[in-house]
Amino acid sequence: MRLKRKDLLGIEELSSEEIELILETAASMKEVSEREIKKVPTLRGKTIINLFYEPSTRTRTSFEIAAKRMSADAINISLSASSVVKGETLKDTALNLEAMNPDCIVVRHSVSGTPRMLAGYLSSTVINAGDGSHEHPSQALLDMMTVKEKLGRIKGVKLTIVGDIAHSRVARSNIYGFTKLGAVVTVCGPKTMLPPGIEALGCKATTDMQGAIKDADVIMMLRIQLERQKESLFPSTREYARLYGLDPVKLEKAPKDVIILHPGPINRGVEISPEVADGPWSLILNQVTNGVAVRMALFYLLLGGIKEEFS
Amino acid sequence: MNKTLRGVKMKAKVVMDSQGIERALARIAHEILEKNKGIENLVVLGIPTRGYYLAIRLAEELEKIEGVKVHCGAVDATLYRDDIGLKKAKPLKEMDIPVPIDGRIVVMVDDVLYTGRTIRAAMNALMDFGRPEAIQLAVLVDRGHRELPIRADYVGKNIPTSKKEDVKVYLEETDGKNEVTIIPREGDNEA
Repeated sequence: MRLKRKDLLGIEELSSEEIELILETAASMKEVSEREIKKVPTLRGKTIINLFYEPSTRTRTSFEIAAKRMSADAINISLSASSVVKGETLKDTALNLEAMNPDCIVVRHSVSGTPRMLAGYLSSTVINAGDGSHEHPSQALLDMMTVKEKLGRIKGVKLTIVGDIAHSRVARSNIYGFTKLGAVVTVCGPKTMLPPGIEALGCKATTDMQGAIKDADVIMMLRIQLERQKESLFPSTREYARLYGLDPVKLEKAPKDVIILHPGPINRGVEISPEVADGPWSLILNQVTNGVAVRMALFYLLLGGIKEEFS
Repeated sequence: MNKTLRGVKMKAKVVMDSQGIERALARIAHEILEKNKGIENLVVLGIPTRGYYLAIRLAEELEKIEGVKVHCGAVDATLYRDDIGLKKAKPLKEMDIPVPIDGRIVVMVDDVLYTGRTIRAAMNALMDFGRPEAIQLAVLVDRGHRELPIRADYVGKNIPTSKKEDVKVYLEETDGKNEVTIIPREGDNEA
């Protein structure tokens, strides 16, 4: 089994076998990061450009570290320091970058579908590092890796995702990924944050937080995007925290050995209380560690083969 | 297409049976002890998949003779291969270095020694974990056709082959039987 594709644009397009392959490869890659010499020569001479049109610490650093641990050269381009401020279009930027012969462009953009558009223009591999409210595939892969590592399986696992489902690319990628591997997914949030028809993706939807976490194996808390609160999806952050924030009191209703994930950055005291975020249930930092392994696996599987085979 | 035609001409030939493999490993174990005068400083590392199981068997054999536990693990060469970007990306295997290898004698174990390229990659992988006092190589089968200046210290059986043939090692742990066969080539070779 191999990844026979030029780009990674979303989890939706992946088969369950492809997801399993990425997760297995990532599990092996993890060992490289635990060595004293954290580098393998696999992708020597490959150039990877991180093109980030949205702020990011975790994801961008993770992609960069992953590239460097595989011996590829990583170049970071961020919005403020690029020609975008001079008015260059995304397409022109991408074509100019491609003229310098990179092997892979990792792109994050606030508009859904941007990576797909670029993949059509470019012959380099395009990896989606988050596009609008569409998908964030590498995040979902690292979430699946973390759950599989902890529980030993994904099939049959009950996952509850709580937060702004409508605007969350993390939620969407995870719904696709976890359901493809046989997990039972429930999404939960205030009505304004539950997109109508979300059940069509194969998950249940509810506004009842207690019911949603009552017998969950995994609770995934989404970040409340405070920058979006102009849309006033709820009256106040305090009210949101009271109704949907995960604190020790609500957590008592969940099974004792439940595990908690959060894609970061966390808003302490809003969607997750400090006691929960730092508690024994929390695998938030394991997620970050696994993120590097997942991205190394993606680089290896997408750039380590022969190019001609997926044209 | 003419595989059946050739199949009739060149049938699979069993060159080692279960007993043959067992005896070869027992002999290699004795040779390792003789050459290294004991096992205190030894680590046995197999190249997955089948080299790893051979390494486990070899370590058991050494334990039987010496009565002391031998460190045993796996060294995966995939990320160090020289055909990355030229061939299909291969699945990763397990890397398991049980003790620091600095100053130790590492006995690498593989099933078939062919071009020597896998061994070169495995040696580079090992070097990233430290500076062993020495690396030795034990293989169940040496089939010739080296493309690099590499030779094995311990060989179960030398089997002269044509490049048009494949040497297939079957082990109980992975294939349900212990056997080495030569078959006419059908596509990609693992070695």
